[in-house]
Amino acid sequence: MNKDMKILVVDDFSTMRRIIKNLLRDLGFTNTDEADDGNSALPMLQSGKYDFLVTDWNMPGMTGIELLQHVRADENLKTLPVLMVTAEAKRDQIVAAAQAGVNGYVVKPFTAAVLKEKIDKIFERISS
Amino acid sequence: MGDKTDSELQPVTTFENNLKEQSTRLKELVDSGDLSGALSVLGEMNESRDTTLYNEVGRLTRSLYESIRNFQIDTKVPHDPDALSRMNDASDRLAYVVEMTNKAANKTLDLVEETMPYASDIKNEAIQLKEAWDRLQRKEMKPEEFRKLAGRMDQFLANLSEDSDKVYKNLSEILLAQDFQDLTGQVIQRVTGMVTEVEENLVNLVKMAGKVDKIAGTVHEDLEQKDTMMAGEGPQMNAEKRDDVVSGQDDVDDLLSSLGF
Repeated sequence: MNKDMKILVVDDFSTMRRIIKNLLRDLGFTNTDEADDGNSALPMLQSGKYDFLVTDWNMPGMTGIELLQHVRADENLKTLPVLMVTAEAKRDQIVAAAQAGVNGYVVKPFTAAVLKEKIDKIFERISS
Repeated sequence: MGDKTDSELQPVTTFENNLKEQSTRLKELVDSGDLSGALSVLGEMNESRDTTLYNEVGRLTRSLYESIRNFQIDTKVPHDPDALSRMNDASDRLAYVVEMTNKAANKTLDLVEETMPYASDIKNEAIQLKEAWDRLQRKEMKPEEFRKLAGRMDQFLANLSEDSDKVYKNLSEILLAQDFQDLTGQVIQRVTGMVTEVEENLVNLVKMAGKVDKIAGTVHEDLEQKDTMMAGEGPQMNAEKRDDVVSGQDDVDDLLSSLGF
């Protein structure tokens, strides 16, 4: 896994973005940017050559699931790995995220170990 | 409570009893061909329905007014910040909770981010010193190198005592930053109490409105539940008691693996 890969962290709460960025830094990923909802994230993704997207679900403006749908519908972004990190815990929602093409799903509250495990798994599967 | 409900239902019951009695009379009069008598009974029926309806609407209005007054919702000056209603007050209190938790989280994150480099610096220097120390013990070190090591060790120990002071101080500040829990807890408990009170009042209003509906013969269509799935619901409470909600990451993983993930 390339530790220099460019990661976009999308969450409407700045503290959660900070926590995720800190955890990613601990895992060796330092090339991270932030956005506070789908509306600000999508243009960044379209122009910024990101390698990985970590997004919350429940956000004002464009939600994480809508962002995921936009990403999958975009010819240049459709293969971008997406990890959902969210408090949304309904089975229907997880199934919907899977159908929309999410690569991993972490429910809040989560631990550093879970985040690492899911990221490892995503990139293991992509490289295999 | 039972007596109260009975007495509240009294007008409706009286109305229903009257209606029964009047309809029997109406049937008898129609059967016997007394049409003017029948019409006057019809008039009576209408009148008693109207009177009961007006009374019930009146009671409903009074209750609504009482409820509004109880919550000090000022309908005349909703934008005057000085005339703070209890609803306004509750919103302000919750905003205060958001602000306090936000401040505490940021302060804690600041301190953690400030402290982490101390821990990694100490670790890195210790690893290097240990390597040199091992070489010394294996007698692989030249005297000149040893002098350098001694100087470095001196510096490390001096830094260590300073750095651990700093780490300890930051940890104490993190400890103190958790004082928001006490304050926000109290605020949330007060707002919870108010919400319970609002609910009780609303339930009473709905009961009274139900009686009006009954007399007026109004039937409401069920309001359609909006699909909140895509919008998201936020954290789930009592997840373990619900079937449609996962109770943790293990559940999510099981569900996803059943979908071929």
